[in-house]
Amino acid sequence: MTDISQSPTPMGGAAGQTKGGSLLTQNARTRKRNAAEMRFRGYGIAAIVVGLIMLLVLVTTIVSRGTGAFQQTFITLDVELLESKLDKKGNRDLDDIKKVTTFGYAPLIKGAMESTVDALGIETGLKSKELAGLLSKDAAAQLRAYVIENPDQIGQTVEFRFLAQSRVDGYLKGRVSRDSIENDKNISAGQLDLVDALVAAGVIEKTFNLDFIIGADASDQRPEAAGIGVSMMGSLFMMLVVLALALPIGVAASIYLEEFAPKNWLTDIIEVNISNLAAVPSIVFGILGLAVFINYMHLPMSAPLVGGLVLTLMTLPTIIISTRAALKAVPPSIRDAALGVGASKMQAVFHHVLPLAAPGILTGTIIGLAQALGETAPLLLIGMVGFIASNAPETIADGLLAPNSAMPAQIYEWAKRADPAFYERAWGGIIILLVFLVTMNTVAVILRRRFERRW
Amino acid sequence: MNDMSRLDKTVTNTTKISAKNVNVYYGDTHAIKDVNVEIEDNTVTAFIGPSGCGKSTFLRCLNRMNDTIDICRVTGEILLDGEDIYDKRVDPVQLRAKVGMVFQKPNPFPKSIYDNVAYGPRIHGLARNKADLDEIVEKSLRRGAIWDEVKDRLHAPGTGLSGGQQQRLCIARAVATEPEVLLMDEPCSALDPIATAQVEELIDELRASYSVVIVTHSMQQAARVSQKTAFFHLGNLVEFGNTGQIFTNPEDPRTESYITGRIG
Ligand SMILES: Nc1ncnc2c1ncn2[C@@H]1O[C@H](COP(=O)(O)OP(=O)(O)O)[C@@H](O)[C@H]1O
Ligand SMILES: [Mg+2]
Repeated sequence: MTDISQSPTPMGGAAGQTKGGSLLTQNARTRKRNAAEMRFRGYGIAAIVVGLIMLLVLVTTIVSRGTGAFQQTFITLDVELLESKLDKKGNRDLDDIKKVTTFGYAPLIKGAMESTVDALGIETGLKSKELAGLLSKDAAAQLRAYVIENPDQIGQTVEFRFLAQSRVDGYLKGRVSRDSIENDKNISAGQLDLVDALVAAGVIEKTFNLDFIIGADASDQRPEAAGIGVSMMGSLFMMLVVLALALPIGVAASIYLEEFAPKNWLTDIIEVNISNLAAVPSIVFGILGLAVFINYMHLPMSAPLVGGLVLTLMTLPTIIISTRAALKAVPPSIRDAALGVGASKMQAVFHHVLPLAAPGILTGTIIGLAQALGETAPLLLIGMVGFIASNAPETIADGLLAPNSAMPAQIYEWAKRADPAFYERAWGGIIILLVFLVTMNTVAVILRRRFERRW
Repeated sequence: MNDMSRLDKTVTNTTKISAKNVNVYYGDTHAIKDVNVEIEDNTVTAFIGPSGCGKSTFLRCLNRMNDTIDICRVTGEILLDGEDIYDKRVDPVQLRAKVGMVFQKPNPFPKSIYDNVAYGPRIHGLARNKADLDEIVEKSLRRGAIWDEVKDRLHAPGTGLSGGQQQRLCIARAVATEPEVLLMDEPCSALDPIATAQVEELIDELRASYSVVIVTHSMQQAARVSQKTAFFHLGNLVEFGNTGQIFTNPEDPRTESYITGRIG
């Protein structure tokens, strides 16, 4: 648009008319400018709409695919804990009871299935092995654990809620159909007929599954038993390490650089390198952690401590950069005021500057932690992926040093496994991870809003 | 503080600060050139001069606030009660408790009015207990001529006051550490005429207890509040003397042209 070329033409005459023309009609240039403005608004709105649609697609996909993981199919059975199978000597000696392997519990489960089907009067041509096949491979272990806990119950009939095997679960969730199981060795059409009947009878039902949130990962054959809880503990311990190291180191480094260090080429170099560090791909920190913490310092493989150390390296630049920005945002007049009444540099910083910068520092820390929480790549290199932990850590040392996974690594692991039942769990895990991340970011936003510039 | 005894001092005041051959450099910029000046106790000394002539720079030398600027270098001698404040043994923090400062823009801490004033006494250990501190705060606020306005809301934030009140709060804060010299760098430039008049009145009262040095770009203000005036020009101290004499009968032609408005 060439504004200069359109020099105003002097208008000589008509009474009441100013020389630029009437204000009530838009001249050509105004129309053009307004049109450009409208177009620009159009682009902006279009961009936002596209963004919103993508977000909507993302959220609906995640929710629709992941919510299934929070529900699980259970089969309720009365099991007679036969003394003849579990405690042949009849003296309730725990050592003897423990000698019975899960294999020894299989007949009890078969028996319980048979009697349940008989009692309901359901006609089925299935063999007892196929009947028991509706249950998860976890069922025998669950039964054994119960008996070892309560040996006095031997000889009684006890009601149990067993996990159904993943095909039955998939059938109830619509993932498995009669067409899809044609070549499936794990389940037959006859078994699905029985499932229909048992559902009608209320023996099989789909309910909320807390174990997905608090439980441990399970082996390839038992997707129905897998939970994200233990890897959540892994993530928690890593975050503790990151918080304990990155926050003090990062804040101390920033305060020194921002408030005390002389401005010279050395601090310039440090500054440039911190910015560069923030841009280093996270996998680089992973291989560094492998080389330094595991191969050189001989810290244990797959330990949250090592994961935490690696993520600390990754989070430090984020915390330093945001802390320095927060310190910079405190007006110099506050420092002058403190120095002017005879505070030392350190008093000025710790009494006045730091409290004012604290919300900004916290915001940066939370965002750094959120990044670290969602980070997967470096964890792959230090062995925090795979089927690792089947028990929740019991002590803090255990939590730091015992092999564990982390939420995003667990999700990756599930997504990698063949059984589609794991795929559903991966989506469920993503929902949990996102809940954490959104919560953390919300806290950061609230902090920032709450304490925004008060001077 | 025992201000009664100070009041009945004789008119010929003692020298509080004497600067000898002071030069200040910001990197390669020579900002203050060989300045010699004697600042008296119980006197308001005004620094005037066109902007950029080094008034603030020189003022900040007097309590070593320039130390916070990396590139700033000071040579020469500045004696406070006969002691060189740039001596290696002098801790600038201790010095600043003795030589208080009020800045151009009111800069209360974003804390309560009470905490603003109590901060200095707290870090210097001037109060033995809460009652002591309360007393110091009240005395300082009275001396800052703002007690009546804030006595009912001592725990309200200092940043919520009006500009003029904030500046008087800052003066009260500076006074609370019992300084001997008060430096003020254009304390009224951010204030409206009414607040300015209040602060000027206050400065006149402060003279009874302190040696006050005020930088101002307003010649009327210098004439109203000061007894001594120093005229700076391009880093040189051109003329120093009694305010009345400088304004009515300046010796140097540069001073004359400045006060008559020809350079500025
Ligand atoms: N922090 C600084 N760094 C570099 N030069 C400065 C700095 N502060 C002041 N100066 C220079 O010193 C000279 C005097 O400044 P100043 O004392 O602020 O003048 P005044 O207060 O009289 O307006 C000016 O030329 C200014 O550019
Ligand atoms: Mg100035």
